[in-house]
Amino acid sequence: MNSPTTGLTRRATITAGAIAALAGLLAPRMAFADEKQVADEIKKLYGDKAMAEGKIRLDVPEIAENGLVVPINIEVDSPMTEADHVKAVHVFADGNPLPGIVSYSFTPACGKASAATRMRLAQTQNIICIAEMSNGTLHTAKANVKVTIGGCGG
Amino acid sequence: MISRREFLQATAAAAAITTGSGLGPLGRAAAQQRLSQSDILRFDPLGTVTILHITDIHAQLMPLHFREPSINLGVGDAKGKPPHLVDQAFREHFRIAAGSPEAFALTSDDFVALARNYGKMGGIDRIATLVKAIRAERGADKVLLLDGGDTWQGSWSALQSKGQDMVEVMSLLGTDAMTSHWEFTLGAERVKEIAESASFAFLAQNIRDREWNEPVFAPRKLFEKGGVKVGVIGQALPRTAIANPRWMFPEWEFGIREDELQKQVDEVRADGAAIVVLLSHNGFDVDRKLASRVKGIDIILTAHTHDAMPGMMRVGETVLVASGSHGKFLSRLDIATRDGKVSDIRFKLMPVFSDAVAADAEMAALVARHRAPHAAELAKEIGRTESLLYRRGNFNGTFDDLICDAMLSERDAEIALSPGFRWGGTLLPGEAITWEAITNATAITYPACYRNEMTGAQLKEILEDVADNIFHPDPYFQGGGDMVRIGGMGYAIDVSRPMGSRISGLTHLKTGKPIEAGKSYVVSGWASVNEATQGPPIWDVVRDHVARSKTVTITPNDAVKVSGA
Amino acid sequence: MTTKPTPRVRVPAKAAAGELIEIKTLISHEMESGQRKDAQGKTIPRKIINKFSASFNGKPIFSADWHPAISANPYQSFFYKAAESGEFTFSWKDDDGQEYTARNKLTVG
Repeated sequence: MNSPTTGLTRRATITAGAIAALAGLLAPRMAFADEKQVADEIKKLYGDKAMAEGKIRLDVPEIAENGLVVPINIEVDSPMTEADHVKAVHVFADGNPLPGIVSYSFTPACGKASAATRMRLAQTQNIICIAEMSNGTLHTAKANVKVTIGGCGG
Repeated sequence: MISRREFLQATAAAAAITTGSGLGPLGRAAAQQRLSQSDILRFDPLGTVTILHITDIHAQLMPLHFREPSINLGVGDAKGKPPHLVDQAFREHFRIAAGSPEAFALTSDDFVALARNYGKMGGIDRIATLVKAIRAERGADKVLLLDGGDTWQGSWSALQSKGQDMVEVMSLLGTDAMTSHWEFTLGAERVKEIAESASFAFLAQNIRDREWNEPVFAPRKLFEKGGVKVGVIGQALPRTAIANPRWMFPEWEFGIREDELQKQVDEVRADGAAIVVLLSHNGFDVDRKLASRVKGIDIILTAHTHDAMPGMMRVGETVLVASGSHGKFLSRLDIATRDGKVSDIRFKLMPVFSDAVAADAEMAALVARHRAPHAAELAKEIGRTESLLYRRGNFNGTFDDLICDAMLSERDAEIALSPGFRWGGTLLPGEAITWEAITNATAITYPACYRNEMTGAQLKEILEDVADNIFHPDPYFQGGGDMVRIGGMGYAIDVSRPMGSRISGLTHLKTGKPIEAGKSYVVSGWASVNEATQGPPIWDVVRDHVARSKTVTITPNDAVKVSGA
Repeated sequence: MTTKPTPRVRVPAKAAAGELIEIKTLISHEMESGQRKDAQGKTIPRKIINKFSASFNGKPIFSADWHPAISANPYQSFFYKAAESGEFTFSWKDDDGQEYTARNKLTVG
């Protein structure tokens, strides 16, 4: 068998070059999460607590090169001291079969509230990020990632 | 965003110095007057640093015709702004007289008549003459020659030699550094091999390996010219892994990487650079947005979108330069510095009129040596054209119509799809269609011409997806080239609509019936980004069609209805 | 078919006190999402690494709960502010209960 990555890609693509049947890349004919499901997940964690924008740098590509491997780098502005640090960061997506991507716990020992990983995105969708500070305040950021069939390049 | 008035202010300085040298506001009397080599070179020098920029040569070593677009739509903030101007609007904006050499070089209307008067443009031996003359005039220690990429792809000899002809030619030209896009379609191993051994620096700050997320290439290089430190940062096409086959460089990840670029700028300033240059293959609109967000870049040398502008554009403290493609132009920037900072920049887009500029003998000999093994094959006449054959433009070009016709007939397909590449030469009515002409429009490392079935829904999905890559209002979400070219099918496009709702009215041209979403159609196309695509190479398909037709005539294509522009 | 997950870590061996170091980790794993179907249309059961954690001299410093959307051969990087010499322990917990670990020494001074 192919590696999981190429196996999936090949199966989902047609030699025609253009159609990658993108919505099917991750989960053919599955129901997808939506904004409401993401909101519900956040509510489970933090109730109706107010969230501020800012402080979070959510670095994702505008266009995914490969929906199966999309880099995501998060950095939250914080001194990371005992008195003032980032406790947790949660990442969600509103167009995948399941809304959760990753949840991080940080400690002051990190020195910097930054982490990077790679995720699967089934289609063009929003990435939503929530950061919980040590004083209990919440921050949020959102970015859209386009998942395209590609080709026709310049 | 920059207003038209601001833009004119920014270009006024450039226009002022280019007056009398051929570019800029010319009187009617100047129209139809040919330029001489000294007209082209004339430049009032400034400061102690000269940067020469050439880009998107697409392996064109010989003089050729290349018609600029007659449709080049800007969307979002770029709407109606240069370089998204064509023909009369372009000439008015840059104060170019109709019929003048500049009108021929930069606009498309009246192209055939002007081409017959002014002759071909480009030729790397002519460019070598200009470069040598400027180095002699300024002193070689003051001149930096930068190549924006898309250099190693686009001709039969470059394809056969895996870019070797271009590497040697650019080395002889004295290139100091380059960045890249189509280069990657030679495969990761070959690109690494050249990058590590070439006489010039291969710069790309925005490529990481997929495993450990580490830089793959040198991000920048610090040069010292005329006693001034010049920092050059390379930026490869951020969408290379989307626009071209990712499997050819599977371990590399691209992207714009603004934050990392900002770090590069800050670091090179700390290293003492008085001038910071971004040698970019982002494409013009991406660079214009980037210039407003990344601080501290003095000059962005743009590429990829093949725009040629006879003036600089200023965005904040950064100026953008667009140097065209196919060897038609060489840009010269003279830069003065004061207290470790740029104080003045003078610019000229030098048009390379092949008949006006003498060929450099040393370069001509190298070119001849590389072309010799293919010379007989390249010169072979396959057929002739009665129509103007060109490619550039947002929608169908006549050369693409010819390629689509070839696929429809030779592959017995109902619908043909041809990629929206921006490169490829132009043939005038009455010219021979040689093997060189065919391969100049098709020479790629993934040429298989496939034939299979697609449903109407899939066809619409392709068109929507490609349209969003061109007409997304945020340039950071754009990627790749022009709109996919279609044979056998018509459609309407509203470029102002969002993804998924731009395309309508898909029509099967042969029957005049609407394309049905659930119905399957036999489709032929080429340049698929998928590995293991099956089919004969596209150049053979086109050759067979042209040979069978003997004389090619392209009827004007009115099957694409454009609105919302 | 399934290869044994092998962790790999990139972490500097030495750092100055107070220096911020980046730690990069990888582990070979299919990260079967539980969303895919096999050729017979049967759902392939979920099997992912659901938790990555890092500690230094036994004290937790960072952890990540991974969901099925994390890519195969998961990558995780994060930072650590060097304070004293000692040892990192990295651990990856699989859905099937197995745990994989890696240890790296750090000398500060």
